[in-house]
Amino acid sequence: MDRIPILRMGEFLLVTIQVDMHDQLALTLQDDLSERISACSSKGVLIDISALDMVDSFIGRMIGNISGLSKIMDADTVLVGMQPAVAITLVELGLTLPGVITALNVERGMTLLRARLDHQ
Amino acid sequence: MAALARQTTDAMGSHEAALLAEWRANLEASGAARGLSPEELARQTAEFLGLVITCAVNGDASNISGADWDSARQFLEKLSRTRATQGFESHHTANFIFSLKRPLFALLQRTYATDPATLADQMWATTELLDQLGMHTTRTFQKSREEVIKRQQEELLELSTPVVKLWDGVLALPMIGTLDSQRTQVVMESLLQRIVDTGSEIAIIDITGVPTVDTLVAQHLLKTVTAIRLMGADCIISGVRPQIAQTIVHLGLDLQGIVTKANLADALALALRRSGLTVVKAS
Repeated sequence: MDRIPILRMGEFLLVTIQVDMHDQLALTLQDDLSERISACSSKGVLIDISALDMVDSFIGRMIGNISGLSKIMDADTVLVGMQPAVAITLVELGLTLPGVITALNVERGMTLLRARLDHQ
Repeated sequence: MAALARQTTDAMGSHEAALLAEWRANLEASGAARGLSPEELARQTAEFLGLVITCAVNGDASNISGADWDSARQFLEKLSRTRATQGFESHHTANFIFSLKRPLFALLQRTYATDPATLADQMWATTELLDQLGMHTTRTFQKSREEVIKRQQEELLELSTPVVKLWDGVLALPMIGTLDSQRTQVVMESLLQRIVDTGSEIAIIDITGVPTVDTLVAQHLLKTVTAIRLMGADCIISGVRPQIAQTIVHLGLDLQGIVTKANLADALALALRRSGLTVVKAS
């Protein structure tokens, strides 16, 4: 079964979604990510969805869930690189992802995570 | 249903030149020929009358939607389409057909001077035929006009959504005119695309040119702001006029979480401050 790789970068975890998300893949990612946050005691998670050009309400909710669960485990989640079409779809679906931090690209996302870590 | 008699079409054929001359005189008198050169008018009238006579001889004059009338219909469609784009009025275009009535009726009267019953019958048939042709012309004319309007609307939609770069990393979108769903969609798409292309972190939507804000417009604005936030950029709404601010409060609209500014200058100042830039006087 295929999985989405979770890379460790110091105190942060980097998730790059390069394939089309289907429901099982999203659920596996959620499980894997919570395990890794706990194992590495990470302070931040960066999810890059720039290669994702289609989302449905389930995936949208999943992203919200991941952000929520990592916050409980004391890790900030930054969602980066959302495509315009994906953003419009999510808004039309009514999934505004409140509480999720967003950034334009990975670089800015990393800067944001570091700034938040320094702030604490 | 009355049909055109052989004798009628024959009479039309043999008096074609006289009919044409009278028809043209009528057209000029009614003003329907204005804006057309005499040569062009002569060519159009001659071609059309020729077509009508051929079609009437070969086909059924009581129903012009049949295949026998294809050539005449196509000619009329072409004619009314060109007239619509040239800016002719609809009644002038319809008059092109209707002014043929008088010379044709005069001809019928001469042809059937001794037979009133056939005269009435043929009159009726001719009127019906010309009415159908005229109706067809008007319909095509209107359709062409609507096509022009539709095209212009689409052009206007694209014209009215320019995304301008105010500063490095600061985009602005001056909105002009009423916001409806379709326009918001176009605006949202072009703005989001420009954010991705330029990597700008701040987008300013200026609504100075939006005449009224109601619940629907506010909802559209909220959607755009949320989409921008999801992409990882910030959005400032500027140009909130006093009347609009009052309307928003009266309607009880919730614009919480949206940064609003009274004018574009304030919004730019805020954007610069957020980017860590300051403007200093030179001297």
